[in-house]
Amino acid sequence: MTTGHANDTARAEAFKQHIAAGGKVEASDWMPGEYRHALIRFIEMHANSELMGVLPEREWIMRAPTLRRKLALTAKVQDEVGHAQLLYRLAEDLGKPRAQMMDDLLAGRTKFHNVFHYPTQSWADVGVIAWLVDAAAILSQKALLGTSYAPYARTMQRICWEESFHIKHGYDIVVTLAGGTAAQRALLQDALNRWWGPLMQMHGPPTPPEHDRDLTLWRIKTRGNEDLRRDFIATYVPRVWELGLALPDPALRRADNGSWEYSPPDWAELRTVVGNHGPRSAERLAFRRLNYEQGAWVRETMAGEQARTQTCGI
Amino acid sequence: MAAEPTVYEVFRREKPGAPMTHAGSVGAPSPDLALIYAREIFGRRGESDALWIAPRSAFQLLDDQDILRPVLDRSHRTVEGYRMRDKREQLLSQLETKR
Repeated sequence: MTTGHANDTARAEAFKQHIAAGGKVEASDWMPGEYRHALIRFIEMHANSELMGVLPEREWIMRAPTLRRKLALTAKVQDEVGHAQLLYRLAEDLGKPRAQMMDDLLAGRTKFHNVFHYPTQSWADVGVIAWLVDAAAILSQKALLGTSYAPYARTMQRICWEESFHIKHGYDIVVTLAGGTAAQRALLQDALNRWWGPLMQMHGPPTPPEHDRDLTLWRIKTRGNEDLRRDFIATYVPRVWELGLALPDPALRRADNGSWEYSPPDWAELRTVVGNHGPRSAERLAFRRLNYEQGAWVRETMAGEQARTQTCGI
Repeated sequence: MAAEPTVYEVFRREKPGAPMTHAGSVGAPSPDLALIYAREIFGRRGESDALWIAPRSAFQLLDDQDILRPVLDRSHRTVEGYRMRDKREQLLSQLETKR
């Protein structure tokens, strides 16, 4: 990219030009510290969200209504934990040790997505999460296929491929409930009423491009928050409505020019929730902490195995 | 008699951002020479953006089909496992009748 003897400022400038021209970066390439830190912060939050995101759904594995639903939900949970593994590996390669990431997550120093701080009150929540939360997430994730950091882009190809089954499975649950008894439809409507607010907050507040360095300077992501939210609304609101279901926003409508109008999401709630003050934040972190502590002997055993094989030169 | 050369597996990246894919292998008496051979065989027309080599003996292999493709039904893990078109249309006509 640049010659070895160029000073860091010139190197950083050349790097920015490389990014601006749509250039890709590999783990072994030189990169400015600022880019590395932005990548770690972004990918770590993504990994944390995958890891914490299985907890609301995990609660329903034992209560899934049929064996096939149980298999599918278990498979989805396994996929999401697998995504966390892939993403933590990327962050590790960028220089942040796994143990440090777990410590920061458990101590509340790093964050995870707002939607995983809420309770799952019924089986309908599982359908709404798998269909709509995953659909909203996949829009952001598809936008990451064009990220400047090539190992992240390749990882996202795999992740998006797996997410497509989650959405279909969630849609199946929702359509099944929507075609069921009055009680089942009521359950579904209640889940939608509770999840719509968090879903509208999920992509984050509209940010002026000049303040969104991950978007404009480093091209870690390729689409802005508001753009993603509008895309989500335009695609999924009609699909919810056609099932005879309502969404709890009286202002929600398609304007004559085809664009969508909706009430401003509650940004104060978003800030509170991602600051680990959501309805289930403390409980989920405590559960993760308990599991991490209970798994300590496994990590220690594995570390011992590594030391043993290295000593033997195997 | 000279020792058998070590076999190195060669991986190449076709263009920036692309994944590493297996290209082939070379035999060489040292890693430095293996890289030169790989460069001449898999990179001399500018067809590779990057090359990686590793001794074949460094690879752990798995191709047991009983593990990788078990006969159990895995359709619940795939998009094809959920046929939604008919199910959706049935629900929509059901809703239509109610109106």
